[in-house]
Parts: sequence; structure tokens; C-alpha cells
Amino acid sequence: MSGTTNISHSNHDDHHHKETFITKYIFSQDHKMIAKQYLILGVLFMGFIGVAMSLLFRLQLAWPEQSFAVFDIFLGDWAPEGVMDPNIYLALVTIHGTIMVFFVLTAGLSGTFSNLLIPLQIGARDMASGLLNMISFWLFFLSSMVMLASLFVEAGPAAAGWTIYPPLSALPQTQPGSGTGMTLWLISMAIFVASSLLGSLNYIVTVINLRTKGMSMFRLPLTIWAFFVTAIIGVISFPVLLSAALLLIMDRSFGTSFFLSDIFVQGEVLHYQGGSPVLFEHLFWFLGHPEVYIVLLPALGITSEIIATNSRKPIFGYRAMVASILAIAFLSTIVWGHHMFISGMNPFLGSVFTFTTLLIAIPSAVKAFNYITTLWKGNLQFNPGMLFSIGLVSTFITGGLTGIILGDSTLDINIHDTYFVVAHFHLVMGISALYGLFAGVYHWFPKLFGTMMNKNLGYIHFWVTAISAYGVFFPMHFIGMAGLPRRYYTNTAFPYFDDLANINVVITVFALLAGAAQLVFLYNFLHSMFFGKKAEQNPWRSNTMEWTAPVEHIHGNWPGEIPHVHRWAYDYSKPGQKEDFVLQTTPHSKGEVETEH
Amino acid sequence: MTLLLTLTILILTGIALWQITKIFELSQLGRKKDDSQIATEKDNDLNGKLMFAFLVFIYVVTIYSFWSYSKVLLPESASAHGPAYDTLLWISFAIILFAQTITQAVLHVFAYKYRGINNRKAYFYTHNNKLEFIWTIIPAIIFFMLIIYGMVTWGNIMNIEEDEDALVIELYAQQWNWKARYAGQDNVLGDANVRFLNDFDGRNSVGIDSSDPNGMDDVVVTQEFHLPVNRKVIFKFRSQDVLHSAYMPHFRAQMNCVPGMITEFAFTPTVTTADMRMNSDVVDKVNRINKIRYENSKELTANGEEALEPYQFDYLLLCAKICGASHYNMQMKIVVESEKDYEKWLSEQKTFSETIQ
Repeated sequence: MSGTTNISHSNHDDHHHKETFITKYIFSQDHKMIAKQYLILGVLFMGFIGVAMSLLFRLQLAWPEQSFAVFDIFLGDWAPEGVMDPNIYLALVTIHGTIMVFFVLTAGLSGTFSNLLIPLQIGARDMASGLLNMISFWLFFLSSMVMLASLFVEAGPAAAGWTIYPPLSALPQTQPGSGTGMTLWLISMAIFVASSLLGSLNYIVTVINLRTKGMSMFRLPLTIWAFFVTAIIGVISFPVLLSAALLLIMDRSFGTSFFLSDIFVQGEVLHYQGGSPVLFEHLFWFLGHPEVYIVLLPALGITSEIIATNSRKPIFGYRAMVASILAIAFLSTIVWGHHMFISGMNPFLGSVFTFTTLLIAIPSAVKAFNYITTLWKGNLQFNPGMLFSIGLVSTFITGGLTGIILGDSTLDINIHDTYFVVAHFHLVMGISALYGLFAGVYHWFPKLFGTMMNKNLGYIHFWVTAISAYGVFFPMHFIGMAGLPRRYYTNTAFPYFDDLANINVVITVFALLAGAAQLVFLYNFLHSMFFGKKAEQNPWRSNTMEWTAPVEHIHGNWPGEIPHVHRWAYDYSKPGQKEDFVLQTTPHSKGEVETEH
Repeated sequence: MTLLLTLTILILTGIALWQITKIFELSQLGRKKDDSQIATEKDNDLNGKLMFAFLVFIYVVTIYSFWSYSKVLLPESASAHGPAYDTLLWISFAIILFAQTITQAVLHVFAYKYRGINNRKAYFYTHNNKLEFIWTIIPAIIFFMLIIYGMVTWGNIMNIEEDEDALVIELYAQQWNWKARYAGQDNVLGDANVRFLNDFDGRNSVGIDSSDPNGMDDVVVTQEFHLPVNRKVIFKFRSQDVLHSAYMPHFRAQMNCVPGMITEFAFTPTVTTADMRMNSDVVDKVNRINKIRYENSKELTANGEEALEPYQFDYLLLCAKICGASHYNMQMKIVVESEKDYEKWLSEQKTFSETIQ
């Protein structure tokens, strides 16, 4: 290799053009810098806001209509004398959902790790198009700023729920949040979709075209498979959300009737004729359900990688894992109707969607069993990333199983839009994806910033979060089965749910505890970024290619020629090898047989 | 001022955390230095044991929740299809609780048992197609059985036959209340549209078309609606403004109300309100709620306000679809009673023709 280094280095000189502060840190086209930008804006900043909002409305739910100084400070006129207004309660729920689903778990998660890992793990110098990648981030920035700006309009931000079903979202007469707040929400999401599409196209093209020599599709680490398939689902489904948003904008501002018909508000018959809100539900969930997997698959990919590395074992059933990712991706596009069993659509469709929905449980179960078998007879290294990965498998099982109940159209009748749903999706996509995100941050922090995060703070972060996540969401199943609908400002307006009040207090206490644990993470992150211990090149003794690149970030990733790949990513503890890991770039030694997988 | 105070507290907490880590780091100085931030054998041991403890925690939370919170769950269903719904629910619950108990145990026990020890080599085991086949086919069989069972039940519940005997009632939703319209003597609902809402100085509260003779004997009620026990009721749902969802949890019934279309759901109530009030689950629930209300009343009377009235059980129609500010308080009382009481109550209500005179 050393012989070729000089030659290729001189070829590579054109990459080292002069960098100014602006091209290096702001309008950077380097995938590693863009990953950091997504991490800091999407995960830390937007995540902080999204979580803080949930704590505000949890306070209201535990101690309804009581005065809190913290409401007075942050909500001002929306909380007269510190008591939260019902409209602002709905706004907080809406923006919490929007920020967590789209900004943190879609853009933040994929943006950070697809950008960081795709070029580094497949052996590419950068993304296929650095420029598009940069534009993608700055569109995301713009979209975030528009969403945050909507928090400052007089009538408050969008408050129709993150699913923004019309007519509530279409008619400002029906709630204050459907005025300027909703306009900004729609603009923000339209920009977001553009950003997401540019990002996804880039990921797909990069994975297909820029793999280094020897990196066949079946030698790709599972992270890349997950990011690649996620990007494909995004390209298929996000445009449908964009069209729904555009049609809604037309209904709101230009008098069309795509989603509206026969409406009477505030003593006035409106002119809308012939549209249907159910059409919007179809369009929304055609994105909305694949979106669950857009959030979850990258987390599962990250977890596959981290569990294998820290078990010091190959991931069990690599091809089955790839097959289940593909199966989930395909099925995810034909299950959207299970959000609409009682929307008024034909009951026959309900049967069809029950069928496809329960089918998707099969590849999900296969993934869970493969994770568990990977742990079997391993030599588990409990680094913080590993703890979060095992935590993900645990919440994925707990949350996934209740999906069997919600996915059954019959059972959905009585728990639709109750807290049971809230408990289910928070565990299976919210908490699980967040665990995947945290796992990824702890694991690739050395690659991102060249320093290590403090492991003891990581342990505290995990255990407190793990306990409080179950403390928050487990009781919610029961208040849901007791019949309490979601998005209620308080459950004490009439006596029937009075006996749920103390459960709500328990949930809020755990939520506050979970919030506090995230401050430990935030502190650990910022402190380690500046003062953390310098990382070695391959701290976790991992097989994948990113650890062959130098710790210091350089443009083009490898100083010399890009290393070639000779084996799959999971030769951990292979018999006959001196170490318990073999880098993908290491050629087979004499007499060594390539692992069949 | 409060803002300043909060910010100061936040900053001070940050500094305190920083100092604590510093002290922690300094206290480690004398010992053999390991600040690699990579898990050691000791870390593996501790976290492996915690993994086992966490399994116990999950079990304890599950058992505690079932023991303590199952009393808040809905009582026995009060509709004819209810028992079939409840059976399917409990069968599904049994399956997922079984799967949950086993898989969580295996996951956490493996995490505990195989916690890392220096110089031990993991077992190199890449794949086993037989195993993959087994754990694909077993869930597949179970899910297929559940799907078929669910589909049959769904078909039975959602298949609404226009039955001569069935009572036709329209539930009408608006921000933020419910109204119910009875079809009257002819058991046919008159045509209706939001265009007619402003007719008769707003007395036409659900927009009945006064040119349709079928509508004249229709009866519109607010606050509460009554159902005769053991007679099939076909509900037609309408909304005048935004999406609402008519949720009647005790009858295991829910359907969205969609502006511009009429949706349907049917069930047969089987337990009268009076009988349900004698149900032991309901009696317990009412007692619990009244205890809470009694405590709250003490506080209120101490402040010179009126005490809360004691609570009595009633069936409820709730709104389950986000619909604006008062979504949380959009409900209507449902009274199930004998056919005789029902006829008597209905005859006391004004018909549409009486209302518009």
C-alpha cells in the first residue's frame, strides 16, 4: 500500500483546495461536517425543544389547570396567570409530534448517520454530490427555522395534531392554530420534504455507485443496507406528503375543495363542495406509515452494527436481516389503512389492511430473534452504545407486540385514538428510534469528534432513561384501555376518568426523570466534544471501514488510496484469527476460507 | 425575574455537574489510570447484572400494572358484539404477554450470562437457516390464525344489514357538542344538509330539509339520548365542521364523523343503565371516584366554594378525534332502558315539525 500512497496522494491534491471558515464550518460540502451539522441542529437543538414541550404538557396532564411559573415564562399570554390554555395544549402536542417525528428522528437520525457512515463504510471519498448534500442540509435548516418561527405568531402554532387532518387544519375559524401557524407549518414541511428528497437521492446514488473495490452488496454492513432502503422508502413516500400539503394549501388559500365539503362554521355555510377529508387521510398515511420505518430502520441498522461489534460475534443471520429489511420496506407501503379502520372507509378495506399489517410483524419478529441469537455465547462489551442497542431490542419487542392488537381492525375499534395508541407508538418508534440514535452517538462519537464520551455518564443516562421510559409508557396502555381518548387537555372535565388522575401524576414524574437524564447526555456530549479524551483510531475494535480512516477528519476521508474490501463486515471472533476482529480491508490469509454468510 | 432565576439555576446546575465530573476525575488520579472510556471487565460485570435486574423490573412493572391498574379498565361490555370483541382482545393479550415474557427473559438473561470477560472468545456462529425458518413460520401461523379470527369478527360487527326492526339514530357532531336525531314514527331519517342550518332562525339545529316529508317526525335531542335495551340500533354519523369521532367505549363502538359524508356503525345494547350501575366493577369505580370527589370537595368548601355533587355512573358518548379547544369535554350521556321507558321518553320530545312552528 505504501508504494501506491504517494502516487494517489498527488492525484488527490486537487481535493485540498483552500478552505475558509465559511466553507469548512457553514456551507461545507464535506459529508462529515454535514453529519455534525445535522446532529447539532436536528438532534440536540430540535430534540431539546421537542422534549421540553412534552414536559410542559405532561405538567398540565398531571396537575390540570394549575398555575405554573414555567408556563408563565414560556407561554406568556397563552397561559393566563400561569394556567395553560387548551388551544396551546393542542399546539404543544402538535409541535412536539412534528418535531420529534420529522426533525429529530427523520432528519436528525438519517441526516447524521447516513451522511457520516455511507461514504466511510462503503469506502467513498464523499457523497455522490456534495453540493446537493449541502443544499439538503440548508433546506433542513430553513425548514427548522420556519417551524420555530411558527411558535412566535400571535394566534400560536399549528394545533391540529401532527397528522393535521382537515377540515380542522384547513379552516382558521375552527381553531386559532389553523391560521398563520398552520401556513408556516405547511411551508416548513414542504421545504422539509425537498430537503429529505435531496438527501435520500444522494444516499441511494452513493450506495449504488461509489462502493470501493470488493464491497459487493452482500458485504455491506447492515447499517448501510438500512440507510439505503430507508432512503428508497423516503423517495417513494415523501412526495405524497408534499402533494397532500400542496392540496391543503390550495384548499386553505385558493378556495379549492379537495378535502372539504358541506361545512358550516360560526353561523356560516362555506362554499366547499365535493371534497373528502378521508382523501387527505389516505395521502397523509401513505407517507405517514412508511415514515414509521423511515424512523425505525436506520435505528435498527445502527443497532445491528453495534450489537455485533460489542458481542464480538457476527450478526446472526445476515441475509435474513437484509431480507427482513426489504420485506419491511415493501410491506410498509401497503399498510397505511390501519390508521383509518374507523375513518368511514369501506370495511372490506379494513380486512385487507389488517392482513398486510399483521404480515409486517413476521419480518419484525425475525429481526428480534436474530438480535437475541447474536447475543448468545457472545462476549458482551457493555459500552453505552451497546446498552442502548439492547434497550432498543427490548422496547421494540414491548411496543411491537401491542401493534398486533392495534393492527387488528376489530380490536382497533375500541382503542383507536386512545392512550393505548400513544403508548404503542412511543415505545416502538419513539423510544426505540431514540435508543438507536443514542447508541449511534455513543458509538460513533470518536469518529465524529475524535474524542470519547464519558462512559459512566453514559451508563447513568441509559439506566435512568430505560427505567423512566417504561415508567412513562407502560401505565399509558391501561389508561387507554380504560377508554381515555388522546389529546385531551385534561381528563377531569367530567367525573368518569377522575380515578386516572394519580396514574397521570406517576407518568409525569417519570417523564421529568427521563428529561433530567437527557440533560446528563447533553452535558456529556458538549463536555466530551471539547474536553473529552482523544480517541484511538479503532476504539471498539470494529471491522468496518470507517475505522481505517484517520481520527483527524480530512477531505476525501483516506489520505492515500481508498482501501479495498476483502470480506464481509462481521468476521468477529473468527476461529484461527489472532484477534477477535478482522477489518474488512484485511485480505484473507493463506488457507483462510471466506466466511459463508 | 423568574426567568433570570430559572436561568441562573440552570447555569449553576451545569457548573455543578462539571465540577462533580472534575472531582470524580481527580479522585481517580491516584489509582491505576484507566480513562479509555471503553467498557472494562468491571463495567461488563456491573451492567450485565443490571440487565438481569432490569428484567425483574419489567416483570414487576407488568405485574404491578395489571394488579393495580386493571381496576380502572372498562367493565364488561354492554353490547351484543361486545363479548366477541372482549374475547378476541383477551386472546390477543394472552399471546402477546406470553411472547413478551419469553423474549424479554431470553434477551436480558443472555445479556447477563454472556457479559464480557477478558480473553474469552465469542462463539463464531453466522447463520442457521433452519432456525430462521422456524421463527418465521411460528409467528406466521399464529398471526394467520389471529388475522382470520379478527376478520370474521370484523365482518360480523361491520356488516350492517338494513333490518326492519332496527332503530335508526343519527349522531350529529359539531364543535363541541353532540346531538342525536331519531327517525320518528316512520323510522326514516329526513334528508339533511348544512345548507339548511340557518333555516327557521337557527331552530333547525341539524339541518333537516323541511321539504322532505320523512323529516317532519324526526326528533332532535341534546345533552342525553336514550336507547331501548336489546334492540339493534343503526347509527348514522354526521359532522358539520371538522372531523370528530363518536366513541362509546362501553359498547365497544367507535366511528369517525366526517363532514360531507354519512358514516355508519350498528350495535345492540344489552345492559340497561340501571343494571350497569349494579355491576361490581362499576360500583367499585363509582366509589373510588366519589372518594376522590369527596376529598376535592373538602378543599373547595374550605375556600367557601360549593362541594362537588356525588358521581353516578352513566354511559358516555365521547369525542376521540382532535377537534379543537374543547375536544376534551365533548361528551353526551347515553341512557339504556326498557322499551317502555324509552317510548315514554321519546314521546315527551318535540318533533321537527313542532320545533319549527
